[in-house]
Amino acid sequence: MANTSTDAAFVEFERVQKSYDGVNLVVKDLNLSMPRGEFLTMLGPSGSGKTTCLMMLAGFETATHGDIRLGGTSINNIPPHKRGIGMVFQNYALFPHMTVAENLAFPLEVRKIGKSEREEKIHRALGMVQMNDFAGRRPTQLSGGQQQRIALARALVFEPELVLMDEPLGALDKQLRETLQFEITKLAHDLGITVVYVTHDQTEALTMSDRVAVFENGRIQQLAPPDQLYEKPENSFVAQFIGENNTLMGEVKEITNGTAVVQLDGGDLIDAVPVNVSKVGERTRVSIRPERVEMNKERLMPGAKTLKAEVLEFIYMGDIFRTRLRVAGSDDFVIKTRNAPDQVRLTPGTQIEIGWLPEDCRALDA
Amino acid sequence: MSNALNQDAENGPVMAADGTPLKRSLARALRRQKGRALLLIAPLLIFVLVTFIVPIGSMLFRSVENDIVANTLPDTVQRLASWDATSGELPAEGVYEAMYYDLFVAAEAKRHTRLGSRLNYEESGISSLFRQSGRKIDDLAKDATKALESAVPAFKDGETWYALMNAGNDEANSGLLSAMRGRIGRLNDSSASGDMDFAPSALMADILPLTTRSYTEWAVYEATEEGRDPATRDPWELVPLALLQELKTADLSGLTGTRAELLTQAQAVNFDIPPYSEVLADIDPEWGTILPWETIQTHSSKYTAGYFLNAVDAQKTPEGYAWQPEDKQILLKLFGRTLIMSMIITCSCILLGYPVAWLLANLPTAKANLLMILVLLPFWTSLLVRTSAWKVMLQQQGVINDVLVWLGLVDDANRLIMINNQFGTIVAMTHILLPFMILPMYSVMQTVPPSYLRAAKSLGATNWTAFWRVYFPQSIPGIGAGSILVFILSIGYYITPEIVGGTKGVFISNRIAYHISSSLNWGLAAALGSILLAVVLLLYWCYDRIVGIDNVKLG
Ligand SMILES: Nc1ncnc2c1ncn2[C@@H]1O[C@H](COP(=O)(O)OP(=O)(O)OP(=O)(O)O)[C@@H](O)[C@H]1O
Ligand SMILES: [Mg+2]
Repeated sequence: MANTSTDAAFVEFERVQKSYDGVNLVVKDLNLSMPRGEFLTMLGPSGSGKTTCLMMLAGFETATHGDIRLGGTSINNIPPHKRGIGMVFQNYALFPHMTVAENLAFPLEVRKIGKSEREEKIHRALGMVQMNDFAGRRPTQLSGGQQQRIALARALVFEPELVLMDEPLGALDKQLRETLQFEITKLAHDLGITVVYVTHDQTEALTMSDRVAVFENGRIQQLAPPDQLYEKPENSFVAQFIGENNTLMGEVKEITNGTAVVQLDGGDLIDAVPVNVSKVGERTRVSIRPERVEMNKERLMPGAKTLKAEVLEFIYMGDIFRTRLRVAGSDDFVIKTRNAPDQVRLTPGTQIEIGWLPEDCRALDA
Repeated sequence: MSNALNQDAENGPVMAADGTPLKRSLARALRRQKGRALLLIAPLLIFVLVTFIVPIGSMLFRSVENDIVANTLPDTVQRLASWDATSGELPAEGVYEAMYYDLFVAAEAKRHTRLGSRLNYEESGISSLFRQSGRKIDDLAKDATKALESAVPAFKDGETWYALMNAGNDEANSGLLSAMRGRIGRLNDSSASGDMDFAPSALMADILPLTTRSYTEWAVYEATEEGRDPATRDPWELVPLALLQELKTADLSGLTGTRAELLTQAQAVNFDIPPYSEVLADIDPEWGTILPWETIQTHSSKYTAGYFLNAVDAQKTPEGYAWQPEDKQILLKLFGRTLIMSMIITCSCILLGYPVAWLLANLPTAKANLLMILVLLPFWTSLLVRTSAWKVMLQQQGVINDVLVWLGLVDDANRLIMINNQFGTIVAMTHILLPFMILPMYSVMQTVPPSYLRAAKSLGATNWTAFWRVYFPQSIPGIGAGSILVFILSIGYYITPEIVGGTKGVFISNRIAYHISSSLNWGLAAALGSILLAVVLLLYWCYDRIVGIDNVKLG
């Protein structure tokens, strides 16, 4: 994480806490710092405080404690309309009594920008989202995807440096979502704007972001680029929340120079990378991605530990095969294999042996 | 069966399973369904028809109905039709005669005063003419009766008359009988269809038409309205008068027996009948002027625009339409005042209600519920109580004045006059109608998501701009719905202006109530009501054109 130095920070949360009712902390000790031009996604289960963080940044909620800074100055006491932050709402919030062009003109009018300049900017913003033909329509005469494009154009038309988006694609179907994901990322990079994006769709988070902050219960569990988040989850919550994951419970037997030996509850021993276990005898949850499990012994390192497994179910999914196994007493151990010409299709009942590279297997908190 | 069906489909109408054409059996099934549905809504439908449509229809009808003149003075109206009021000449003698006979019958049936008050709406003073004439109309007839009875005592006996006029074994003139039934029925607003044994003799009707007619008129009246047998009773004095008048020229040669004997004796009676114009002018000299005649003629048609004209301070004169005299022009002013005050009340309700509705829509639920109870609280109190409370508050010795005097803001001698004027009406009605403004506004505001305001602010709008450019336009349908409701309610409001309005703060509805219960000019009341209805519909139409009724949301 190279971007944490405070002098380069554009958006900063420092020890921010938020409580709505004076009883529960919805946001607990949030520290976050974003450089200019970054695309950061807040990902987390429902109720984990993502929207709250965004609202504090936009100025619609005040932090109970702590400091929020934008470009180095504290914005705690600046009202929302002076923050100059663009915002895209989940339900679009396009003003129904104005046409598309009037919606886009609104932020420019309140900034007292002249008519010709206004028109030029509206034209450019609509061009960015390929919606120039729809300037005269009312929002209700647009499809969901078109409305979302207009909402995006409206948030960008006054050229804010920071744009916040709260689940902007939540209401759209999968295909449209993927198109728009691509368009939003491209626009953000082309314009060089800083984006804070909220979603609870992990694919969206992984494909779009420079960095992802995984929220749980008012805390950031891990803040990392997508690949690290997926491959090197720092705790079992992140490991389970991002992608599919096999977990086996066990106990640490030995930790030597970067590898741990874990005795699974079935009695087998495996090698793993100790992530947040430190003591011998600690309970641990071992996590392995389904696509990193190997059935072909020849591909494993010599001396690598293997486990016996029984095939329970074979599912053909087109590009991949998904096989469910019984491993070390657990019935929902899944492996994914590529549909390659030489790939064997396992039949239920077959006994096989599986193994993996030690660095793919991470020993996390129980 | 299915085979047969298919064949039928190819070369003829499709048949249902029982062989009837499919179309007909479908129609029957649908009719049954519709019938059942109709039965379900029937109670409401009947209720609405009886309590809403029918009264409104009858009100509309009453505002143009005017058959009282033609029903009370049928002959006069008919004969007067050819008279030219502008010629400056009095009507012909025949008109006077018809008037004498019509008025006599009307006075006997006690309907002449009603006609008098009807015509008095058009020409004040005329009702006393009718009352006066009703009292004196039988003087001449009484003299005639006395003269006849002293000469031929048999005429003292009702049975003599009956035997003279009744058809008995002769041919009866049933046309005359039914015409007189109609005449008496219309005069008395009844059907006059009761049973009676009497039928006028066709022979007598030929020889003595006026007498027979008058006797039949009386007999019908006696039998159907009074429920007495005409066979044994004396007829109206009008009948002897008619007899004496007709005998002067009648040819009795066609008669035989008792009838001929009696009438020949009566023909010998020397009773001088002055021209009816003089008789009437004697009763009241006004009959000798053009005025009453032209009033009757102008307003004799069965339907009239007169009530509507009166409702807008105009009247129909023989020369055409004209304004009422200056001192009688109050209704237009009252309409104007009603409209303007209703608008002021509506505006006050908008100004006072908007913030409350906004709070209702935006406060947390618990507080909003409390506020809602406060808004609805007035509904749980009687309207009269609330209005009277305003009387206590606003009167010169009332709470507000007392406080102002106590504070030294107002001199004790110059206490503010806040009641029994327009101010009082506006204050009390604004208070009473406020919930009708708040509730529709609230239900519309509730549907405006708070994210619009947030979006506006995030786009750089100040609180005021965000409200004015984003929130307010979306709450307009609520304002519209509330305004229509309050305006329509207030334009027809009665109780509150009646109690706190004094003379200057009353509405047109108070005038309508006055005409219904005090002056009994129902036609004018109906015309005023119809105009009120039309104004409301017109405003509704305008609103629909400007704002669009689809944009009105009540909830
Ligand atoms: N206005 C509010 N008053 C009281 N509690 C609130 C309010 N808004 C949110 N909360 C609570 O704060 C917590 C976090 O809410 P937040 O909206 O930030 O969640 P989120 O991560 O955005 O969830 P989602 O993915 O469902 O949108 C929730 O438990 C929620 O109940
Ligand atoms: Mg949220």
